[in-house]
Amino acid sequence: MSVLKISDVTARFGGVTALEDVSFDVSRGELLGLIGPNGAGKTTMLRSITGIVRPDSGRIELNGKKLNGLPIHQRVRLGLAISQQLVRPFREMTLLENVTLAAGYKKTRRPLRAILALTRRSNRTRATELLDLVGIENHGGALPAEVPLGVLKRMEVARALALDPTVLLLDEPLSGLNSNEARILADTVVMLNDLNLTVVLIEHNLSEVMRICERLVVLDNGRKIADGTPKQVMEDPFVRTAYLGSVEEKDAAT
Amino acid sequence: MEHFLDSYEISLVVKAAISVIMALSLNMITGFCGQISLGHAAFQGVGAYTAVILTLQGYNFAFATAGGMISAGTLGFVVGLTSLRVRHDFLAITTMGVAFLFSGIVEQTKALGDTDGISNYPHPEFDPFGYMVMTLTLAVLVLAISIYVQRSWMGTAFKSIADDEDTARLLGIDVARFKLAAFVIGTAIAGMGGSIYAHQTTIIQASDFGFIESITILSMVVFGGVGSIPGVIIAAIILTLFPLWSQVIGDYKLLFYGGLLFIMMRFSPQGLSGLASDAVKWARLERRKVV
Repeated sequence: MSVLKISDVTARFGGVTALEDVSFDVSRGELLGLIGPNGAGKTTMLRSITGIVRPDSGRIELNGKKLNGLPIHQRVRLGLAISQQLVRPFREMTLLENVTLAAGYKKTRRPLRAILALTRRSNRTRATELLDLVGIENHGGALPAEVPLGVLKRMEVARALALDPTVLLLDEPLSGLNSNEARILADTVVMLNDLNLTVVLIEHNLSEVMRICERLVVLDNGRKIADGTPKQVMEDPFVRTAYLGSVEEKDAAT
Repeated sequence: MEHFLDSYEISLVVKAAISVIMALSLNMITGFCGQISLGHAAFQGVGAYTAVILTLQGYNFAFATAGGMISAGTLGFVVGLTSLRVRHDFLAITTMGVAFLFSGIVEQTKALGDTDGISNYPHPEFDPFGYMVMTLTLAVLVLAISIYVQRSWMGTAFKSIADDEDTARLLGIDVARFKLAAFVIGTAIAGMGGSIYAHQTTIIQASDFGFIESITILSMVVFGGVGSIPGVIIAAIILTLFPLWSQVIGDYKLLFYGGLLFIMMRFSPQGLSGLASDAVKWARLERRKVV
């Protein structure tokens, strides 16, 4: 059963078409990798799902409910959570407070509800559990400026999880991490998926993606060029060209 | 009992308490929720004019003050709507526009006494000492509301919006509604400050609530340390009494406030509360060195 349904999504910025008629479904409990060379439209796709970008046409559904036109915060309350590519912790709050804020999402639904709510013990307990789950419980009391990037990346994942999402969107969670840190965080993603959480993962680290994802959707120049198991996808001539092309461009650039 | 303060001292206490109310009300918007306002005195003015018009109609002080709060809060809601469209510098310019618009409209309106202002309106039947006690009580009430809001989930949501509103949205926070809530609460309290101010003096004029007054209130919040309740209170008291206590500072008030804003922004953007916490950190380091 598909929990997230993307149908014919097109997004243009000025004269540039970032996404063109992209469609794919994400099934409940799936760990889907969304890959493609730089500029393929992956992040635009994720942003179209969360509502940061408004696509020009197409339809996005979560649990059968149309998301188009809804503001970001409402989409989040319908069950989406995202961990962004560039970490965005609240700098003045400790890591625990960051996650606690997300865990109290029921209390921050409306200002009137929020002003009447004082207790945060249960939310803090939940946040502590989540920091523990992603393996950074020792850093709960630290401010974001005091911890390394790997810890902040995990905090972002914990904060997203605190929203009790139906679908967790991860935008390059492994970027900027060394291979060891990347492997550990990738294992954490698999562990979360094993807890029956649906995950959409954008990632440049192909070896980790191939290792952990059951299914891949490949974008290139805003179009979907492949959709299947990692093995099927990597044998696809279009995918090879897209990636080799980008490798040549990179070589040319260096 | 009531004569341990002379009437001049009583008026100073009332002035300082009104400043505390005004600074805490702006702190709700700028300190807690991160939305700058360069026109906060205009809301005080709307509260003052509304309250005076109501007392002229024969309503009592409490009713007039409530009326002032409602009209200031309503205008705050409208101005808050603009904060949904513009951010930072543009919000500063928009709110500055509100300050000039207020003066402009009042000074051109006969019913509001144009540039002469309104005088000869009834005052509540308190003696000065009673009025001081009432003002202090209301200031303490505003302080209690500030502390409560800061500790509630609303305060936490405000803090996240002040820090990074895009990320706040991604955590399901309805940023627009929370900003409006901050504007309405802050400007309604400013309206209360306006009514108290109006009923302490005998005449109100648009110039009492002009751009300079707005900057004065903002200086208090910045000098105290944006968001810090104790810092803002201390700054409001100091910045109200200094110009009255020192003739020189009084004469060069604008220069003094302007210079102070500049110095704080340059050397201690966290204000007094930042200086205090730096001092505590420094003292701890020194102690460690000794050990």
